[in-house]
Amino acid sequence: MSNNIVLKKGLNIPISGEAALETMRTIAPDVVAVKPTDFKGFSPRLMVKEGDKVLAGSPVLADKQNPDILLTSPVSGTVKEIVRGEKRKLLAVLVKAEGNEAVDFGAKDPKGLKAEEVKETLLKSGLWPTIIQRPYGVLANPAQTPKAVFVSAFSTAPLAADSEFVFKDDLAAIQAGITAISKVAKVHVCVNSETSAFAKLQDAVLHTVIAKKHPAGNVGVQISHISPIMKGETVWTLSLLSLAAIGKLFLNGKLDLCRKVAVTGPAALKTGYVVAMPGTPMSALEGCFDPAVETRFISGDVLSGENIGKDGYLGFFDNQVTLIKEGREREVLGWANPLRFNQFSSSMAYFSWLLPKKKYNMDTNTHGGVRAFVCSDVYGKVLPMDIFPVYLVKACLAGDIDKMEQFGIYEVLPEDLALCEFVDPSKNDIQAIIQDGIDLMIKEMA
Amino acid sequence: MTMEENTVKPGLFEKGGKLGWLHSTWDAFDTFLRVPATVTAKGSHVRDSIDIKRVMIIVVLALVPAALFGMWNVGYQHNLAMNDLPGFWHQFWWGLWKVIPLYLVAYIVGLGIEFTSAQIKGEEVNEGYLVSGMIIPLIVPVDVPLWMLALAVAFAVIFGKEVFGGTGMNFLNPALLCRAFLFFSYPSSMSGSQVWIAHRCGADAITGATPLSYMSEGMSSISNAGYSFWNMFAGTVPGSVGETSVIAILIGAFILIWTGVASWKVMVSSVAGALFVGWLGTAFGVTDVPAYVQLVMGGFAFGTVFMATDPVTSAQTECGKWIYGFLIGALCIVVRLFNPGYAEGMMLAILLMNTFAPLIDHCVTSSATKRRAKKVSIA
Repeated sequence: MSNNIVLKKGLNIPISGEAALETMRTIAPDVVAVKPTDFKGFSPRLMVKEGDKVLAGSPVLADKQNPDILLTSPVSGTVKEIVRGEKRKLLAVLVKAEGNEAVDFGAKDPKGLKAEEVKETLLKSGLWPTIIQRPYGVLANPAQTPKAVFVSAFSTAPLAADSEFVFKDDLAAIQAGITAISKVAKVHVCVNSETSAFAKLQDAVLHTVIAKKHPAGNVGVQISHISPIMKGETVWTLSLLSLAAIGKLFLNGKLDLCRKVAVTGPAALKTGYVVAMPGTPMSALEGCFDPAVETRFISGDVLSGENIGKDGYLGFFDNQVTLIKEGREREVLGWANPLRFNQFSSSMAYFSWLLPKKKYNMDTNTHGGVRAFVCSDVYGKVLPMDIFPVYLVKACLAGDIDKMEQFGIYEVLPEDLALCEFVDPSKNDIQAIIQDGIDLMIKEMA
Repeated sequence: MTMEENTVKPGLFEKGGKLGWLHSTWDAFDTFLRVPATVTAKGSHVRDSIDIKRVMIIVVLALVPAALFGMWNVGYQHNLAMNDLPGFWHQFWWGLWKVIPLYLVAYIVGLGIEFTSAQIKGEEVNEGYLVSGMIIPLIVPVDVPLWMLALAVAFAVIFGKEVFGGTGMNFLNPALLCRAFLFFSYPSSMSGSQVWIAHRCGADAITGATPLSYMSEGMSSISNAGYSFWNMFAGTVPGSVGETSVIAILIGAFILIWTGVASWKVMVSSVAGALFVGWLGTAFGVTDVPAYVQLVMGGFAFGTVFMATDPVTSAQTECGKWIYGFLIGALCIVVRLFNPGYAEGMMLAILLMNTFAPLIDHCVTSSATKRRAKKVSIA
């Protein structure tokens, strides 16, 4: 363990509602959703119709551009409904869960596998889309071999699930997953301390990230300090969740996407962990929220998670649900009130610095109107990357490909600049701007 | 009250309502009184409680000590010239009534244009002018005719800001542009020794010249005119309304640096630049005014703290801020040393560096890009 990365910049948002380290229950949902919208760059083609029987691991959707890439059902049962949105966009395939049967992909020892066998098994089982390719954060291309594979073994996002607690029983599976992926490309794993349970993983280059603040746990930040992505290069990233699923696939031969999900947030009546699978409906969290309060259900964390609504389904890459109140109350003279002790600000313009330990019941109010960029030095303080965030954002707004390249569009995903968006006094939607820039790059560079 | 507002808003002022064309104006007052009820639609679901209104109000607060001192000093200088010292409160009231009209003109004209242009564009009203309007009366001579001020404010807001798209898009500091307009259009009301004391009424016994106007004649001349380092530091000398007291300005600087609203890097490097050139000046015998005296004369302190640090028009990169600030300080003193006709270099130094700030940033960002490319090719 010699590779240390020291990161000083960043910010931990002191939001209340951290999950208690206990497993509350196992959710066996009636209905599970397969959502193609969780996967950037996946254009879905249906492989089932309503009423079809599926097993856990049966293909449900295929990618139009690359039909080898499949999404499979996480449970066995019957296809109940195909949900479409505007312009008939396919939003989800709902599977009514019945029985416990699964497709057998055949248990294999990952140590003896070849790269082609690993790829083939991942494609067939529907786990290939768990690999995210950078730049742009899209589906990985099976025909390409990446420069390297990066894994962050800890999360610093607000109220994120505790990796050590969540993956306590999955260490062998994660190891098997890493061994399998290492057949395709060199794997780099970032841990947050040398005593971490993940610091003993084999078949990977380990890096210790010495940092106390978000976004040090973001894999994008870690990559930029290990080996920045330049034009023409591709890397893959995998989460521990994905590695655990891949490991279980090779060890048991079956698709098993069950995970411990942290139920968090200031609007959660009860916090803790539940065992659930992606696509679990939020209605299964009954008792954790107050139906009388207008609550926002976020699959993921408050910075980059998705607002899925109370009728939504847990996202594929998430092991966290955050519940926060919609902030529609209008504070009188809020901007002028010198005290405002119940509002957090990272700046010294309010007095929240007097209460460093306080946790805040944050809501979704923007606390101000949208303006042009005025302040220039607040953004860099929360971004531990060698990037000028405002310049990158302005290049994206202008749609200037050359400037976007120059200012590092290949290195970032929206989540990496989420804190810039949080602290922005001008209230711009920075993550959406970056995503638009990335979409433009994909279109222009194709 | 709340009920009434809730029923009035959608009917009258919403787009399509009877007074819908006043939507921007309504919205400005409405959000001024109460935080808007908007919730996050995209991206981060929670947001920091700071907004541009808060940023601007902090700058306004930081300017209050300089403004209050300026009001007193206007009265004090007048009484001094009339050889009649009726006491602190009397002087303050006298100065207050001289300065209030300047504020009224600056805010009514400036905000009027801001509201109108927001109305035309159908956008929300920007808060930036709250600060510009607070600064403008502080950087002009107290006796400037109000119609001139109105004209200058209109020019600065329209051509310095609105034509570029409003606060955040301008590249010149609007308050300084206002002063520059006055200076070049009406030099006789803006410089010389006649303008700095209100209602001199033929009190010719006292010249009323600012310490800076003795700069070219050397330190002994400044001392002979009765100006010492300490009374220039305290601010009991003639000058523009708010620029004289370094103590009041330092209180403002403390507020700005503490809250992080203004960049300490720009302030520190500007002082460093001024000291460096001031020292060169004495070392090469150009002047015998010590470098540290330069810091308390004229508009240097006010410009460094409140105008060089304007986040929109200063350099945007952290490294660029050091260069930008240093050059402002250095240029200001260069003008003072080599232009005896008009010794106040701060205004032009900042405006010049405002135009160069994008170039500085360009150099900083492109060298960073090159550095990164090199780092990668090695790894």
